[in-house]
Amino acid sequence: MDTVQLTIDNKPIVVKKGTTILEAAKGIGIHIPTLCHMKLDDLNIENKPGGCRICIVEVQGRRNLAPACCTEVSDGMVVNSHSIRVVNARQTVMELILSDHPSDCLICPKSGNCDLQSLAHQLGIREIHYKGEQSTYREDTSPAIIRDIDKCIMCRRCEMMCNEVQTVGVLSAINRGFNAVVSPAFEMNLDHSVCTYCGQCVAVCPTGALTEVNHTSKVIRALSDPSKTVIVQTAPAVRAALGEEFGYEAGTLVTGKLVSALRRLGFDYVFDTDFAADLTIMEEGTELLNRLSKYLEGDKDVKLPILTSCCPAWVKFFEHQFPQMKEIPSTARSPQQMFGSIAKSYFAEKMNIKREDLVVVSIMPCVAKKYECGRDEFKVNGNPDVDYAVTTRELASLIKLANIEFTKLPDENFDNPLGESTGAGVIFGTTGGVIEAAVRTAYELYTKKSLPRLDFDELRGMEGIRHATIDFNGFPLNIGIAHGLGNARKLLEKIEAGESEFHAIEIMSCPGGCIGGGGQPYHHGNAEILKKRQMAIYREDKNKTLRKSHENPYIIKLYEEYLGKPMSEKAHSLLHTEYFDRT
Amino acid sequence: MNDNKKQLRIALRNCGFINPEIIDDYISRDGYMALGKCLTEHTPEETIKEIKDSGLRGRGGGGFPTGLKWEITRKSESDQKYVVCNADEGDPGAFMDRSILEGDPHSVIEAMAICGYCIGADKGLVYIRAEYPLAIERLQIALSQAREYGLLGENIFRSGFNFDIEIRFGAGAFVCGEETALIHSMEGLRGEPTFKPPFPSVSGYLGKPTNVNNVETFANIPAILNKGAAWFSSIGTEKSKGTKVFALAGKINNVGLIEVPMGTTLREVIYEIGGGIRDGKKFKSVQTGGPSGGCLTTDFLDTPIDYDNLIDAGSMMGSGGMIVMDEDDCMVAIAKFYLEFTLEESCGKCSPCRIGNKRLHEILDKITSGRGEFQDIERLQLLSQVIKDTSLCGLGQTSPNPVLSTIANFEDEYLAHVNEGKCPAGQCKALLKYEIIEDLCTGCTLCFRNCPVGAISGERRQPHYIDQSLCIKCGVCYEKCKFNAITLS
Repeated sequence: MDTVQLTIDNKPIVVKKGTTILEAAKGIGIHIPTLCHMKLDDLNIENKPGGCRICIVEVQGRRNLAPACCTEVSDGMVVNSHSIRVVNARQTVMELILSDHPSDCLICPKSGNCDLQSLAHQLGIREIHYKGEQSTYREDTSPAIIRDIDKCIMCRRCEMMCNEVQTVGVLSAINRGFNAVVSPAFEMNLDHSVCTYCGQCVAVCPTGALTEVNHTSKVIRALSDPSKTVIVQTAPAVRAALGEEFGYEAGTLVTGKLVSALRRLGFDYVFDTDFAADLTIMEEGTELLNRLSKYLEGDKDVKLPILTSCCPAWVKFFEHQFPQMKEIPSTARSPQQMFGSIAKSYFAEKMNIKREDLVVVSIMPCVAKKYECGRDEFKVNGNPDVDYAVTTRELASLIKLANIEFTKLPDENFDNPLGESTGAGVIFGTTGGVIEAAVRTAYELYTKKSLPRLDFDELRGMEGIRHATIDFNGFPLNIGIAHGLGNARKLLEKIEAGESEFHAIEIMSCPGGCIGGGGQPYHHGNAEILKKRQMAIYREDKNKTLRKSHENPYIIKLYEEYLGKPMSEKAHSLLHTEYFDRT
Repeated sequence: MNDNKKQLRIALRNCGFINPEIIDDYISRDGYMALGKCLTEHTPEETIKEIKDSGLRGRGGGGFPTGLKWEITRKSESDQKYVVCNADEGDPGAFMDRSILEGDPHSVIEAMAICGYCIGADKGLVYIRAEYPLAIERLQIALSQAREYGLLGENIFRSGFNFDIEIRFGAGAFVCGEETALIHSMEGLRGEPTFKPPFPSVSGYLGKPTNVNNVETFANIPAILNKGAAWFSSIGTEKSKGTKVFALAGKINNVGLIEVPMGTTLREVIYEIGGGIRDGKKFKSVQTGGPSGGCLTTDFLDTPIDYDNLIDAGSMMGSGGMIVMDEDDCMVAIAKFYLEFTLEESCGKCSPCRIGNKRLHEILDKITSGRGEFQDIERLQLLSQVIKDTSLCGLGQTSPNPVLSTIANFEDEYLAHVNEGKCPAGQCKALLKYEIIEDLCTGCTLCFRNCPVGAISGERRQPHYIDQSLCIKCGVCYEKCKFNAITLS
């Protein structure tokens, strides 16, 4: 291996050829401040346009300062990361950025979580010497995401996520010079674009330029209305991340405290989306087996592979980008929508609550869920199955607002009947989890045999595209997994070209699946956090007594009492949906 | 431009002498001879050596040795390489590339084919701004004639070498003259520069090794190969060989394109070729290097023009813009004018160029509108230095040059603006003061009746008075007064 010798801040160091100054410095404990740069290890995601010029360092013999994030080391290089020239330039560049940024930090939704704010603090900026005109743009509000572009600092992270990772291609730089800004083409509104609301732009935005639409005040209003019964469901990935907002180490499971906090917030019933995830498996698994048996009987028209349909951003993605393939995904609604539908029918009838008096709130790791619950097909006479979807971050702010000391809360259990779940429901929160849950059930229904093992390690991990073959009683079931819409696109193109070997494919829009969702506590570019959340999800699964959806007693009861059997007519009208060509 | 013994035409050798729409005209003046010789008699290495020995440096502004660039691109291994001609000429007032493409398009085509042969590329691209319709038309005619004659296409001169050229249009962004931005624009991406390395010669258009040269650089190639490296390198200074085309403009008697050997002094250019300053006014400064060059004073008039001397003097060669200023020009306003241009043309990718230039412009605007403070001058210098030190591409790294060089050479003018509230050249309107000389005023009321803002008052047949707080310095009173009773200070 070729190595390079250099010194950084008088420390000699030997690194691999091709290493950047930033990485080399990090290796010996020198932290060079960055702003636009972001690298998510293992996910193959890196943003380094070299645009912010915060990470500049002095390289001996070089005329100007070098950006550490994109300058590769060379033999004999002498780097100074904090000479007076560097510090002065870095502060001046920071002052310039701040001179074109609103100073409404106190009321900014990103306050306390803003990379720009922390950097200004780190660089000791106490005065802006170069004041002048500030850019102003109109605010753009969509069903899920707000663009407050006055706060854009042109780091281009959102653009990289939208184009390179997600291949959605909505956000890109427009205009020149001082007027340059990241925007949809022709400055159109986000809701007129092909945006999927995956929220990955929000997840990586270092400032308050991109945030979720906040629904907390609507939730508070519902909770304080005595005429309403307000129930809540929480998605699997929330319990693996919420703790981070209260000082817990990433990957700490806070399920019990989460339930406790929701009860103290005043929700009448605290339920679990995992229950609906188990229900999803019953429907989707059955659909898979139906298509599979038709295929094995020689039906050439059967649509295979079947694609999962739990992820609303993924659904919107194929409706825009691959409408010709809208018959392929499973027709099963997402767990959030199955929950809403069952809550406002089965549960409401059971409890004798009028539909309009029942408010369903969901706590989601996702911003696209806000859009999903507003889709017309998920409404009955204008009343939505799920009234409000709030993100993990919004829930944290609600808990803080209500003076609830989260860390001191006792662990409590979910309410029934919509609160019981199996380990299969839990793993919906990570990439690979839905398909693993489906395999656990489909295998047993298909082979009529008990699974010899429940942990399918071959389906787990962080690789963007993964595949495995599971032996279904002699039939090799080929399974594909993609997370990140760019990876999904690759699989879809193969299907379209007739080159796909898969029978079933799980697709999640966000890198890492829901644990990396756009509504989760900010990871600030640290991919370790995502991995720890993933491990927490699998730990929760392991701790469950029941780990197969079809063994959930409340699911069995739901079918017995109400739905009949999976894919029944009633199940179809309540739990399935259709897709639209949005081109 | 009048011919003058100080001038020597190499790049412009055919302009005006041939009909650019007739390939035979070009051939009759040794056209395509160099290409023929290269393909049939010389190896690429020999040809590259000849270019290296000639000492030719890039005429687009950077001054990078052309032969060396070719050699690096040749050594980059790849199944596909490209030759790109940068015809995105954008400096205000500069039109040498346009003149070459309009007057002698074949010289560029021939040179690109030679370059293709040398670096191992079979495809050339001309990136030309769409605002040059005649140049585009003539280039298209020339390309089809060259194809017809077998000088482009397959098996040129039966050498087995294939080469053809495509035209790509630029939408008039100055920054697309920067080679990485140019390449991105050709790829259909936003015209923004990216960090180098990798240099285009290693990874350029579509990720393949790409040799980018400017029009004028290419136009020199056939002449060098026909007459030899020794001939070319005998012209010019020690480190800058050959000639340079300049677009002479401003307060000078003869404006237009000139081509002079490197080493000619600014005095020779301005006084002998340019015929001196217009209306017998006093020379004040000459701005070279386009919007990011510097303004030089009389102290530099005897400096021989070459890449290194201009940089030492605080300016640069650039693509060859040369604007002469006289005593009526305000140097603060000139700096502001150039900043306005770079401000408009910055792509906005890096913070110092996007916001820093805006702030520089705002400070200059403050000074020229009479609100300047003493510390603004230091602020300009400090900010300029940081912008130069931290910007991503050549545009930002040089955009503060007009500010720095005018402060260095004309600090007294800045001081007059901020300390005395005066513009010595009388250009900054906000600093002008119109006053009525009581003794000369007859009270005719003409000024009173013409003032658009009612700033003038007074009784008929009595001296009038201008209220300075209302005056918008439009100068109407000054023009209308028949008794020279209004002064301007």
